[in-house]
Amino acid sequence: MRDRETSNTGLFRFALLVCFSVVVLIVDYRSHYLQYLRSALATVVTPLQVVATLPSEIAERANIWFVSSEGLRDEHEILKSDFVQLKAKLQKMQALERENENLRHLLDAAERVPDRVLMAELIKVSLDPYTHKILVDRGLNDGAHVGQPVFDPTGVMGQITQVMPFTSAVTLITDPSHAVPVQVQRNGLRTIAFGTGNAHQLRISYLSHNADIRVGDMLLSSGLGGRFPAGYPVAKVISVENDPGEAFLNIDAVPAAEIDRANQVLLVWRGSRTSRLTQVPAEEIEGPVELQAENLDLGPGLD
Amino acid sequence: MAVILSFVAAFLLMLVPLPDGANMYRPDWVVLVLIYWCLELPDRVGPGMGWVVGLMVDITQAHLLGLNALGMTVVGYLANRFQYRLHMFPWWQQAVSVFFLLLLYRALVGWIRGFVSPVYLGYDYWVPCVTGMLIWPLLFVILRSTRKTSRVH
Repeated sequence: MRDRETSNTGLFRFALLVCFSVVVLIVDYRSHYLQYLRSALATVVTPLQVVATLPSEIAERANIWFVSSEGLRDEHEILKSDFVQLKAKLQKMQALERENENLRHLLDAAERVPDRVLMAELIKVSLDPYTHKILVDRGLNDGAHVGQPVFDPTGVMGQITQVMPFTSAVTLITDPSHAVPVQVQRNGLRTIAFGTGNAHQLRISYLSHNADIRVGDMLLSSGLGGRFPAGYPVAKVISVENDPGEAFLNIDAVPAAEIDRANQVLLVWRGSRTSRLTQVPAEEIEGPVELQAENLDLGPGLD
Repeated sequence: MAVILSFVAAFLLMLVPLPDGANMYRPDWVVLVLIYWCLELPDRVGPGMGWVVGLMVDITQAHLLGLNALGMTVVGYLANRFQYRLHMFPWWQQAVSVFFLLLLYRALVGWIRGFVSPVYLGYDYWVPCVTGMLIWPLLFVILRSTRKTSRVH
């Protein structure tokens, strides 16, 4: 008799927990109310994540010890020449930017406020291999927020989907649940690039057969969704398949960013969100940095 | 204490980065440890503990909150429920039961994830059930020895 009673309360408690889990799932899926719970619990978990990265970090340090001086010298040379080249480009860009500003002013168009960036480092812990997410070492304390775009030096990486006090989770553009509004650099054709779950592939699904898109076309973020600022490289088209039996073209593209190799990423604050910037420690922002020199005229209908 | 330490170890094993190829073989360490304690200390570790640990997994893995919590609640309940039977089993039969618990856990989690986002889970999604089953006897022996030395009853 007593046995049955205890098993009944056990069952009851189990059912209660299951219901509670389902409620938590739905609330977390539909809203951001659980943000605070996540932050609170993340402070418990973050130390574990840091400890888990130690082995790989030690290995890396050991590697640094054994780098030959010749290799370092070569690398130094390369970096130096890159630096000079980039500096030259930057000078030209500044002039262009000023010119662009003046022109926009003449046209009475809204001025583009430059985006600000903050460097973040990847925390190399293993996340679930079926979602394309990474963990970076910037969180609420650095002013990161959900929906914030993340770049690497070569292109768009993804956006922050979960913020914790010291870390945040970034959903990459290759995640199957992610899509970026893009625009063909050559002619301004607007479309959407979907993630496929493969780190080297994006898919463009809804372009009609007569759309002007070719292999080698560069896709830039169009800024239409309001998430990603316009004009950053997203992907390069590698195959365009025209199957007359299907309603749309089959287009594959390779992400411009080094999705599975980047160690450092940039969190970007949109120019218009200057109020967010007040939360960022001043010494960490090295002046307004723009990643991309192209201020393209993207045809009518934009801006 | 031994329970908490073993869970911490399981979390570390879950998080330690492995080479790309080895990643798909990684067993669900946390679930395995949970099953062990559900069998050994059924009146202290059960669905409630499973829920808490699962929530922690959700946070470390950047999943939806409640996803693994739900899965581990179910595993914890079943392991608790059948602990007498599982105790009677020879080790290989126990390992097979663990395989089915892991399979159920993965199926449940994968099913919910299918609802939430268009994620494609191929055959390799189920591989950790097999590696978990293979590692179970070893884990059982290790955890049992730590339990004896730390005298958890």
